[in-house]
Amino acid sequence: MSDALAAILTGAAVTYGWRWLGTTLAGRLRSDSAFMRWCGCVAHGLLAALIARMVVLPVGPLEGTPLAARLGGVAVALVVFFALGRNILLAVMAGAGALVGWVWLGWP
Amino acid sequence: MTAEGEAAGYGSRGAALAAGARAAVGAPAVVLAASYVGFGALVRSVDWSLGMGMLSTGIAFALPGQIVALEMAHTGASLLLIATAVALTNFRLMPMTLVLMGRLRDPEAPRWWPYVLAHLIAVTSWLVALQKAPRLPVRERTPFVFGFGVTIWLVTLCATAAGFVLHDSVPALVSLGLVFLTPLYFFLMMVADLRQRARVLAMASGAAIGPPLHLLTPEWGLVLSGVAAGSIAFGLDRLIDARAARRADRAPDGEDPGDV
Repeated sequence: MSDALAAILTGAAVTYGWRWLGTTLAGRLRSDSAFMRWCGCVAHGLLAALIARMVVLPVGPLEGTPLAARLGGVAVALVVFFALGRNILLAVMAGAGALVGWVWLGWP
Repeated sequence: MTAEGEAAGYGSRGAALAAGARAAVGAPAVVLAASYVGFGALVRSVDWSLGMGMLSTGIAFALPGQIVALEMAHTGASLLLIATAVALTNFRLMPMTLVLMGRLRDPEAPRWWPYVLAHLIAVTSWLVALQKAPRLPVRERTPFVFGFGVTIWLVTLCATAAGFVLHDSVPALVSLGLVFLTPLYFFLMMVADLRQRARVLAMASGAAIGPPLHLLTPEWGLVLSGVAAGSIAFGLDRLIDARAARRADRAPDGEDPGDV
């Protein structure tokens, strides 16, 4: 079994496991207990750490792009998001476009 | 039957299913398609096959965990670590499903039905289901959510394939942009959701300690960052609450403690 397949199956099993547990426990467990809130914090912290790593220390093709281009793309996406009434689609496209433009212009 | 049972619906389960599917075609599908195009391009960029990408989208159907599994497998992490990181990333699905299923309960449906429906619960379908389902008659709720979820699911499968193919057929420069869609999408989804102080704290500390911890230990970095950032945020949030409570105790004569 390839590493990719094993990772996908493991990830999917764990993911469905949470959905299964939520369905089984529906109506029997409070979702606002201290433990659940701690878990929510950990999930957000982990996701933020992942995003920061993908932007600051990417693996794959983005590795060859300047850090400033990636940070610039994030900044453009953020500005467009709030300037255009929280439109995620346009903001994401503007941010990606900014990265592509930056690299195309050969800026450092 | 509750009073909600009398709510005006679409008339039949079939009509509710079709209405759910129609509701998915539009803004939710477009935004999700864009992010899964990014995932498809990412799959191609780490040399996974198209089948692997489609399989991941089809059976996991929760983008953050899919990215975590892909990135960690690519950096050579063990299966146990991948399972831990995906479990932490996708934990949110548990309380989400728990809250939603409590409101979708249909006494006429077979026992296995909610477990099928559960697979289609992801952030987008959850938000729509929570908003729409309580306004429908009980027997039309799960068909509506199923119609919505299956449509979204099919869209993400197509988008994954499209991103994979696009990555190679557009100039290398443009495929950089496609791969960059994923972190941008997650970042903005988090920003859009920053209404609670604890989450803001968790996001800030996660972003601050994520990269250095990754340099320190590429395998454990993500899991450690999540637990550390989450605990810091949780602790700080409680500390701030406790302080506010103490301050409120000391100023009982109606002073606004937030103004001090």
